[in-house]
Amino acid sequence: MSVLDSKVPKGPLKTKWTDYKNKINLVNPANKRNIDVIVVGTGLAGGSASATLAELGYNVKTFCYQDSPRRAHSIAAQGGINAAKNYQGDGDSTYRLFYDTVKGGDYRSREANVYRLAEVSANIIDQCVAQGVPFARDYGGLLDNRSFGGVLVSRTFYAKGQTGQQLLLGAYSAMNRQIARGKITPFNRHEMLDVVKVDGKARGIIARNLVTGEIERHSAHAVVIASGGYGNVYFLSTNAMGSNATAAWKIHKKGAFFANPCYTQIHPTCIPRSGDYQSKLTLMSESLRNDGRIWVPKSLDDVKAIREGKKKPTDLSEDERDYYLERRYPAFGNLVPRDVASRAAKERCDAGYGVNATGEAVYLDFASAIERYGKEQAKIHNITNASAEKIYELGAAIVKAKYGNLFQMYEKIVDQDPYKTPMMIYPAVHYTMGGVWVDYNLMTTVEGLYCIGEANFSDHGANRLGASALMQGLADGYFVLPYTIGDYLSHEIRTGKISTDSPEFDAAEKEVKEKINFFINNKGSHSVDYYHKKLGKIMWDKCGMSRNAEGLKEAMAEIKALREDFYKNVSVPGNANELNAELEKAGRVADFLELGELFAKDALVREESCGGHFREESVEIGGEQAGEAKRNDVDFAFVSAWEYKGEPADAVLHKEQLEFNEIELKQRSYK
Amino acid sequence: MNLTLKIWRQPNAQTKGKMVDYKVTEISEHMSFLEMMDVLNEQLINKGEEPVAFDHDCREGICGMCSMFINGEAHGPDRGVTTCQLHMRMFKDGDTITIEPFRAKAFPVIKDLVVDRSSFDRIQHAGGYISVNTSGNTQDANAIPISKHAADEAMDAATCIGCGACVASCKNASAMLFVGAKVSQYALLPQGRIEAVDRVKNMVAQMDLEGFGNCSNTGACEIECPKGISLENIARMNREYLMANVKD
Repeated sequence: MSVLDSKVPKGPLKTKWTDYKNKINLVNPANKRNIDVIVVGTGLAGGSASATLAELGYNVKTFCYQDSPRRAHSIAAQGGINAAKNYQGDGDSTYRLFYDTVKGGDYRSREANVYRLAEVSANIIDQCVAQGVPFARDYGGLLDNRSFGGVLVSRTFYAKGQTGQQLLLGAYSAMNRQIARGKITPFNRHEMLDVVKVDGKARGIIARNLVTGEIERHSAHAVVIASGGYGNVYFLSTNAMGSNATAAWKIHKKGAFFANPCYTQIHPTCIPRSGDYQSKLTLMSESLRNDGRIWVPKSLDDVKAIREGKKKPTDLSEDERDYYLERRYPAFGNLVPRDVASRAAKERCDAGYGVNATGEAVYLDFASAIERYGKEQAKIHNITNASAEKIYELGAAIVKAKYGNLFQMYEKIVDQDPYKTPMMIYPAVHYTMGGVWVDYNLMTTVEGLYCIGEANFSDHGANRLGASALMQGLADGYFVLPYTIGDYLSHEIRTGKISTDSPEFDAAEKEVKEKINFFINNKGSHSVDYYHKKLGKIMWDKCGMSRNAEGLKEAMAEIKALREDFYKNVSVPGNANELNAELEKAGRVADFLELGELFAKDALVREESCGGHFREESVEIGGEQAGEAKRNDVDFAFVSAWEYKGEPADAVLHKEQLEFNEIELKQRSYK
Repeated sequence: MNLTLKIWRQPNAQTKGKMVDYKVTEISEHMSFLEMMDVLNEQLINKGEEPVAFDHDCREGICGMCSMFINGEAHGPDRGVTTCQLHMRMFKDGDTITIEPFRAKAFPVIKDLVVDRSSFDRIQHAGGYISVNTSGNTQDANAIPISKHAADEAMDAATCIGCGACVASCKNASAMLFVGAKVSQYALLPQGRIEAVDRVKNMVAQMDLEGFGNCSNTGACEIECPKGISLENIARMNREYLMANVKD
């Protein structure tokens, strides 16, 4: 096994990034004008990177499958973005954000990367405010904060329940400024279908124009993949319908190692599924756990009565409710990290306490919050002897101001009023911590090929804390990549324009066209979704919230068989030279059918429980922590980086040993 | 429930389109409208026919990609939702539902229900930004206090998802609610005031160039907007535009 070089600079953690930046090679402005960069994906990471690279003077081409960069799925992030500003004076600092993130990630992330992330986090807020992002403010005109899971401070900045939207529109506005200057050329409704390597370096991509079906060649001195996560391997997730792993998987097949695919985040607060026709799951922001209390009935009789419609949740007295997170984790209560909250919900539902017809739902209740805020408001407004109705009215108004759009979304989907009856929630696949392996420079194992945002693996370890995805996406794009890529591009100033008329481009294009023609001519008997749903079921049942060796082995075999069936029997209607959504899906599902198998293989190798990866064989037996996940730092404190060798089952494991110099590895206790 | 669907089919921009009737059965009231469309498409694929092309992505009402004109209303009969959040409980067994693309000169049809809304992007290129570098050497975020009222109002304008329902609902195919929302977001914030004059002039000029109509104060856009963007934003844009031109 080879040792991966993470290229983490020497020196003390606290000054690493600054020292490194001071010594990094720069490209002079005149030379930047002769250098091209391709950015695939225009979410927070891709959008912010392309805007900054263009501003620095590089010629940037952006690619997204949506009809506008503004629609990338970062837009759906609700709750907020973390930053170590310590505006609340509650003891926050760069070190504490760094510490919380490493601990929250269950000690499976790279210290140096996480410290850098925490370090630049404060700048992100400055930057976004300057761009006109309308963050929430208090009455004094200063920025407001809220709390998220897994931390004891308030460091989350937010714009109602639409923080991702506002940050993305900020990055999009920065892109627009560069598009107007001609420094960014946007290719919307385009999908990258392969990367082109020349002499071992990434030199361009093959993309399909999704409107005309035309296959295009684009060259560049460096290629940046910012295509998001692979949660849709489960078919049902909180990802957008189009979210896919194709760009990341294609570069994996061309030599980029894929790291920790088994680290998946199952988010605790999503709207439960209602039927087989379900096409996606909807997240209810983690911020709701600031004020919402999670519970199930204490008695199975009450569960039964509720399922049969004989009782309503509001009929149950406090004594008849089991606030199981507050019971099990008194220190963090309802604000435990996502992996812990999800497993606790599964534990209750598996034990038969699920409160809806499918048995897969728990309550998220705002009654106490409404009463608490109502009483506070009554005091503020000098209302003495306020009636229960008045208190409810005042409290509901505060809850509405904080979470109004989420409550409205819930009501539209479920047809119940969450101001009056508790929400029903259940965990759903949300985010993937695993992704393309990158070094400290965010470069993959292919020279000149970078990977940023959710698509890479670097900062969240085995579990991501709430409001940290937006932070990482923007940190990579605005503040990290623009420096590190310059170091690489400083060696490219004499390269000149890269021709697309080369055997390498010919070969890549040929391969892409053959694959497309195969799908169009296959004329099988099942739709793409038929296979995607089957894959999703295998993944959820055997690689879901808890995993065991036997199930994972079965999953590998089943996915392989499903893939073979897919290539024999998939049906793609229509033609290649037109807008063809089924053809797009076929290519993406083909990649998921490979990635899923590697995912199971990775989960099988990791015989420990850590973060979002819970192995049933690895749990604490006795003591206060009985039943909690048991990590194994002696044997598994490494990053699994997989090298492609044809079949996913043949992938070769490379280990990057994780070193912790600043942080002592401890059991992650939230009790 | 069982439904009859009358759907606009058009293979591409060059070919004339027409309404085609389809039947779907056993539709659950808990399905979203797009899940009902998935059922139809699965049915068509299994019969060897071409599925209906429609734009969609996040399916949680925030990306602004979905764009159908259902029974004569952008995003259908419910209020405050996009098509992906519209649920079948809004319909009755036996209903006939008419589904068309968003129609406007500036939104040409690409295929079936998919339209080209890149005109919206070009309006944003013309001025939908604050000219600040993204290098990170800006002042501290709390250096400029902004009144909660102004911040909230800017946020309300900024919630626009750029779906184009306002244009599709307007008898003049006007984009003034969309443009007004962006102009307002920046006009309400001190950071945005600096370029306010040029911004409103450039964005309005691009809007006219794209072939969008004028506003005649009917208010259909406000009613149909899935995010409840207020008509006040159009009034604010008009004031900004007037002031900008007076200053010339």
